[in-house]
Amino acid sequence: MATSSNDEAHWKKTTNLMWIHLGIWVFFGYIVHMFAPALNKIIILGFPLGFYMAAQGSLIAFVVALFVFAKQQDAIDREFGVAEDD
Amino acid sequence: MATQTSGGGDFINNLGKIYGFYAGGFLAFVVLLGILEQFGVPNRVLGYLFVFFTLAVYAIIGVLSRTAQVSEYYVAGRRVPAFYNGMATGADWMSAASFVGMAGTLFLLGYDGMAWVLGWTGGYVLVSVLVGPYLRKFGAYTVPDFMAYRFGGNFARFIAVLVLFSASFTYVTAQIYGTGIIASRFLGMSFELAVFVGLAGILLCSMLGGMRAVTWTQIAQYIVLIVAYLTPIIILSTKHYGIPIPQLTYGQAIAEITAREGQMVQAGLATAAALKPHIQPWFTYSPLNFFGIIFCMMVGTASLPHILMRYFTTPSVREARQSVAWSLFFIFLLYFSAPAYAAFSKLEVYSNIIGRDVTQLRPWLFTWGELGLIKICGQNAVNLDAAVAACKAIAGHPGVVRLQDFVINTDVIVLSTPEVAGLPYVISGLVAAGGLAAALSTADGLLLAIANALSHDVYYKMLDPNAPTVRRLLIARILLLVVAIGAATLASTKPGDILAMVGWAFSLAMAGNFPALVMGIWWKRATTTGAVAGMIAGFGLCIFYLVTTRYYPQAGVSYFGMKALTNPVTGAPLVDIAKTMADPKWLADVPASAANPLQSKIGWFGMNNILCGLLGMPLGFLVIYVVSLMGKAPSAEMQAFVDEIRKPRGRTVLQEKD
Repeated sequence: MATSSNDEAHWKKTTNLMWIHLGIWVFFGYIVHMFAPALNKIIILGFPLGFYMAAQGSLIAFVVALFVFAKQQDAIDREFGVAEDD
Repeated sequence: MATQTSGGGDFINNLGKIYGFYAGGFLAFVVLLGILEQFGVPNRVLGYLFVFFTLAVYAIIGVLSRTAQVSEYYVAGRRVPAFYNGMATGADWMSAASFVGMAGTLFLLGYDGMAWVLGWTGGYVLVSVLVGPYLRKFGAYTVPDFMAYRFGGNFARFIAVLVLFSASFTYVTAQIYGTGIIASRFLGMSFELAVFVGLAGILLCSMLGGMRAVTWTQIAQYIVLIVAYLTPIIILSTKHYGIPIPQLTYGQAIAEITAREGQMVQAGLATAAALKPHIQPWFTYSPLNFFGIIFCMMVGTASLPHILMRYFTTPSVREARQSVAWSLFFIFLLYFSAPAYAAFSKLEVYSNIIGRDVTQLRPWLFTWGELGLIKICGQNAVNLDAAVAACKAIAGHPGVVRLQDFVINTDVIVLSTPEVAGLPYVISGLVAAGGLAAALSTADGLLLAIANALSHDVYYKMLDPNAPTVRRLLIARILLLVVAIGAATLASTKPGDILAMVGWAFSLAMAGNFPALVMGIWWKRATTTGAVAGMIAGFGLCIFYLVTTRYYPQAGVSYFGMKALTNPVTGAPLVDIAKTMADPKWLADVPASAANPLQSKIGWFGMNNILCGLLGMPLGFLVIYVVSLMGKAPSAEMQAFVDEIRKPRGRTVLQEKD
């Protein structure tokens, strides 16, 4: 059962998607919060933006990213015919 | 599926109706108790009704879901739809610490407390992208199952069980402790008795039905806990700002808090040095520790067996991924509300307690003061006279409450919100039932993870591979009972370190499991020797750092070059090492007691010991990489196996006989 070229292409796309979502994770988990003191100068509805990103913004980003990821990975699986039957 | 679960299909198809009916019934129950309260039924009775009614419902679900099938017991028959598994994971995840403690931490630390909010949510991205769905395809019953299959058998399995046990046991003890605290506070029974009452509730849910029973009760518990958490602040937000969306309106509270902070310093009610501005980062944690906590909690999430095993229960790999997204959505509902609790409470304290004449304090304070949870002027605020006397005893006290005069236990923030807002007692009872649901559901998941590892991995896979089903399930239940009683006995002694250990559990799981899990899936070249060496090295370094800084700090300073941690604002060391080391009393204090000024205040690079995974995990990756490359590549069969778990289509790799 050697790795077929189809499998390889599937895995390459899966790996790319993995890096994209890890990038999103690093951005919303860490990078944006490094600028919290500067972002706090922007105030929306009473919320300083730096504070808001840690309290809600990043969390929303994570939830959305996960739903999108589930969809994207499923699309990749279907494209290469390795998805489960519905 | 065999006959035992016939009708199971109907059950799965009607989940929406069943839980909708349940949620409606629960709300009707709350309203009924509210009416009873108006008719003068005493608070104590309402508290009992809440606790026993909810416990009874969980127990009934637990008993109805009893099973004699191995796959039902270990993975709920792999039939739990993504949406409902997400809810169950939410309850599994959110513990007493999240429900009761999180808002209090945010109240005390302001921005820096957000490290926990971020750390305990973002990890689900790693679960879904790197680990969870692949383990589902593999078809394991437990995480050590995967380690054993991928990394050459029982030695890797044994280390994985060790990691699982050390991460989960302290964690479950803390949950049972939390159950005892809540039950004793609201039912007025002794703490030790309350621990064992809570234990009975936990066992009724999990013992007969294993994963299947735990899944269906956790969903019921999620509904109770989220209703209980959101109701008080929705009412509060509507009262104060006219909009029932506290997550939106607390922005105004934050603006008011920030304005008030400036006023308090000007009026001499707080010193600029002691005040931690609510919105400004890095007053408690240095940036390294802030981001370190986020990282360790996130990676720890993706390594904790009681969470990973929830995704073994979905019908497909596709649903496992969707289920992670639903899990985080349901967790998010609570976590993005916690900062609102903190802000509303802080505004109340800053505007109605600080700066007020001591003789004018509001009465809600004293019910918590009696329990030793609120101190005014250094004394428990048991009543108005005591508070006035305590402040008079301080030389030069101005007679109004200053920030430094007021100390509140973090648990009070959520529990007192209904009273502070002037809501009827029934809402307080609801909050208590929610806290109890949070503690019970997490304890269920953890106990099951531990008992399954012992019964499936140690007993069935390592000791007696020919054991018949009946005996396997009997052993699983006996072990569940033994572990539960062990944890409850430990909890009833109120061990001082147990709450800190919850944070440690994440680092331990991260250092021991994460590199081997990720490399096992993402790198075909990872070998058995490499993985085993990496797990031992990473886990070992993490344990070493923890144990040295906490229990043997003197050795850490003398032999391992550890230095004092520093205050992130002033840069001053938290402890005078030279002075403490010169004091024979502290030098001889081995292992270090909680009073020892050195314990957990020293380390490398200014790293708090909760971050030990930050040292262990990179070492684990490095060792797996280097040692794997030194050996021969894994066999063609093993590489084909890795290919197989990467593709959702097809049967699970591991086929357990039922």
